[in-house]
Amino acid sequence: MSSHYEAPIREPLIIGEKSYHDISVDVGAPILGRANRSWYIAFSIALVAFLWGIGCIIYTVSTGIGVWGLNKTIGWAWDITNFVWWVGIGHAGTLISAILLLFRQKWRMAINRSAEAMTIFAVIQAGLFPIIHMGRPWLAYWVLPIPNQFGSLWVNFNSPLLWDVFAISTYLSISLVFWYTGLLPDFAMIRDRTTKPFQKKIYSLLSFGWSGRVKDWQRFEEVSLVLAGLATPLVLSVHTIVSFDFATSVVPGWHSTIFPPYFVAGAIFSGFAMVQTLLIIMRKVSNLENYITIQHIELMNKVILLTGGIVTVAYLTEYFIGWYSGQSYENYTYLSFGAATGPYWWAFVMLITCNLIVPLSLWVKKLRRNIMWTFMVALIINIGMWFERFNIIVIDLTKDRLTSSWAMFQPTFVDIGTFIGTIGFFFVLFLLYARTFPVIAQAEVKTILKSSGEMYKKRRAEHPNEPISHVDLDPTAEEPASNIQGSYFTSTDKKEEITTTDTIKDASKDDKINSLLSNVGTFDPKSQEADNLKKINGIGPVMERKLHELGIYTFEQVSKMTNLEYDMLDTITGEFPGRAKRDDWAGQAKVLKKN
Amino acid sequence: MYTFSNRLKIGSIVLMVIGLLGIGYGFMSVPGTVDEAKQMVAAGHDDAHGGEEASTSHSGQDNTTMATEGHSENTEAHGGEHSAEHDEHLLHQLQTKPWSAIFVAAFFFMMLALGTLVFYAIQYAASAGWSPVLYRVLEGITAYLLPGSIIVFLIVVFAGTHFYPWQNEELVAGDTVLQGKSGYLNFPFFVIRALIYLLGWNLYRYFSRRNSLAQAETNDNRHYKQNFKFAVFFLVFFITTESTMSWDWFMSLTPHWYSALLAWYIFASMFVSAITTIAMVTIFLKGKGLLPFVNDSHLHDLGKFMFAFSIFWAYLWFGQFMLIWYANIPEEVTYFIIRIQEYNLLFFGMLVLNFVFPILLLMNSDYKRIPWFVIMTGIVILIGHYLDIFQLVMPSTVGPNWSFGVTEIAAILFFLGLFVLVVGSALAKVSLRPLRDPFIKESENYHY
Repeated sequence: MSSHYEAPIREPLIIGEKSYHDISVDVGAPILGRANRSWYIAFSIALVAFLWGIGCIIYTVSTGIGVWGLNKTIGWAWDITNFVWWVGIGHAGTLISAILLLFRQKWRMAINRSAEAMTIFAVIQAGLFPIIHMGRPWLAYWVLPIPNQFGSLWVNFNSPLLWDVFAISTYLSISLVFWYTGLLPDFAMIRDRTTKPFQKKIYSLLSFGWSGRVKDWQRFEEVSLVLAGLATPLVLSVHTIVSFDFATSVVPGWHSTIFPPYFVAGAIFSGFAMVQTLLIIMRKVSNLENYITIQHIELMNKVILLTGGIVTVAYLTEYFIGWYSGQSYENYTYLSFGAATGPYWWAFVMLITCNLIVPLSLWVKKLRRNIMWTFMVALIINIGMWFERFNIIVIDLTKDRLTSSWAMFQPTFVDIGTFIGTIGFFFVLFLLYARTFPVIAQAEVKTILKSSGEMYKKRRAEHPNEPISHVDLDPTAEEPASNIQGSYFTSTDKKEEITTTDTIKDASKDDKINSLLSNVGTFDPKSQEADNLKKINGIGPVMERKLHELGIYTFEQVSKMTNLEYDMLDTITGEFPGRAKRDDWAGQAKVLKKN
Repeated sequence: MYTFSNRLKIGSIVLMVIGLLGIGYGFMSVPGTVDEAKQMVAAGHDDAHGGEEASTSHSGQDNTTMATEGHSENTEAHGGEHSAEHDEHLLHQLQTKPWSAIFVAAFFFMMLALGTLVFYAIQYAASAGWSPVLYRVLEGITAYLLPGSIIVFLIVVFAGTHFYPWQNEELVAGDTVLQGKSGYLNFPFFVIRALIYLLGWNLYRYFSRRNSLAQAETNDNRHYKQNFKFAVFFLVFFITTESTMSWDWFMSLTPHWYSALLAWYIFASMFVSAITTIAMVTIFLKGKGLLPFVNDSHLHDLGKFMFAFSIFWAYLWFGQFMLIWYANIPEEVTYFIIRIQEYNLLFFGMLVLNFVFPILLLMNSDYKRIPWFVIMTGIVILIGHYLDIFQLVMPSTVGPNWSFGVTEIAAILFFLGLFVLVVGSALAKVSLRPLRDPFIKESENYHY
């Protein structure tokens, strides 16, 4: 990862006085606790919508595609619109994870998990539509290039629709692997924290025996980088190929060369809008406001502004080149004067308003940091991006090459129902995910706690010249995953602060530690010097560190231990019961103390 | 503090003088009459390696006939009969050739500075933490923008019908398509647009440099904040003007042809060449021990950008090529037909240089940290993108009988000399360490 030093001008990415332990607790809470009522209500609504969608799909498949509003002229409409809309939404996940990882953007860590989940769930929705549109989904395997003996036709490799099959399935598999790799340390965290045996078993299986050793982390980072490198060109390729679908096959001869990069930008635009929609709700419901901060929302809004700006330029280019080409036919297509004034003028207006005009408000910093407004804008962009695909398909098709075949499109209740069904399905998956997966990549968030946490940043600002500004002296800092509490650290100015924040946690142990310390005496780093406890036979580096964590640093303290303290020590550290007594640490310490 | 050595200064001035002589020769040896042009073509056939091989053009005919037909006629005519009309074109194209040569070189070097300016603006707008150590280097390179853009401006304004057939009123009078475009493609508007680009780009460069230097002298972040705002607005301005610039200066060379992607394609070429230049200048200065605060990681990042944008360029190249090839619309495919038929080796060679080489050379992460390796790859990339600009212009202006002779080389030498002179003197003006930027400490501590 990048260096630990972070410019003070950067805003903190983790708010509040969080310790590593707090992060584990906060991220684990939705999984280890119980669902509240609003979750059940939301889940029921999503489930009903999903079931309604299934009903529509069954009706479509059993009756035929005729139940949709398609006609001879408009042979694709809502189905492909929905398909591209979902694929587009599926883009931001991999963008956030892969491209932001390559650009080493720390703010990615709070949102990448959910964005990746969104990707996978959205791509699943997208994949449904081509299969339904086949009319005979049981022959779906025909899209794969399998030999003729299997009863299919050899697929047409010149067709962009076939490229789609490859692009989407590759994208889905890489996204899944990428997602899962990132989840391993977090599943392991849940495994270690849960007390329920069944849950423990499940998360043990899911975490693939993650142990948190250096080797694990090294491989983890390498694999993440390689996958990010693979996924980045995939983000481009998937939507590029989707754009080829339209650029080459909506109306013969009509195409626009700007489609590939413009579709990619548009997809990221809509994907980020969906991430905003989901995360704004989630940070509230799951109490993650300290991790998904206003700063994160603003940064995402900036990405929306950027991709929205690219989309705007592409729209203007489309419109201009349509005019510039001097071809009368171009005047009936997607972005043209003819489209703006034709029978679908309202769709054109929707497109321009939702995608170009409303997002302009995000130029205002106040609105960018206003959660309610952001949420509204995100929803509006989602609607606008749906209209973009609708316009490309339906406006182009309504006025094709033959004036006699010009027609309009009317959706039926099945068209609408199927679309609503996929939204329901998406939310069913997402809500289940929110209850069973660590929704924030806590292991990664821990790595930036010291550089970007509010408390640490504040402390650095107050003591800019102290060497501890970014390298922490406390021994547990070496292990991001460690859940040890920080009450008994030696470093001077930190002591009070951490005691105040951390005493509530696990109070039972605190009592024991306190009584232990009251018996053996406390260590004052200002006047005393720590002894090398490893000199005591039976205390190795690990045990020494544990003693340090408890606040035991000198032979003096050890020498005061009796059977009572040995027992306390054993219950606190939980290691080698009876060892201290057997080796007679107190006796050894007394001898060493004199030397 | 970098000192622009006398040796380098004299070297660059010598390059400019040689270049000027060559360009002068190129303009002098242009045929004045149809007969001379015919003779030159004949001589050119006898001695195909002659520096000023005669060329026939394509663009002239593009305007009068449908482009594909025009092209096939052109090649037929070239091999066999020379109609009177064709001879006229031949003369016109030969006269255009030196103009094209200086335009290609002038634009190539200007886009290095412009691309660097965009890169610089992006660093500010993105609050980048790794790159502030490079700010003075970037500002040094962008110093070339002012002279470079003025020269390009003069070339496109004075080239007239050599480049832009739509400025030929007779031609437009007989062409309804061009009449339809005259709302955009007319000379006054063309000049106004070019002036706007020139002003906008150079004003941003001027103010951002001034703020950046002022930031080093103050204790607050006022100048930095202003630069951040300037950068954002410049990027908005740039993304718009870059498109119209590409339409004006390149797409309208063949006014019947159009491609919505062309502008971004040119941007990709510009950006990757600029990043390559940044890497090369940085390595040069670091080799002299002047950039102790720039470490391997910074170099590695520049290498990654070279790698990534080479792929991005290839992506856009393929997107444009694929869609035009697939749709196979007559007025669009001419663009690629002439390039594949008449520039075959260059056309595909450019793909190898700009895509295959960078991928293979920069794939390994260790290599991106080896200075001479980055320099070698950089030279390949720059040659490749020079060829890219060459093929944006030449096939549209001088057509199938292009050559790479005295004028083309002289133009490169002249602008290379000017580039070195301007950038070298700009770098020598101030300390190369940007002080007091809010991110400078993060940048100096940058490693991974």
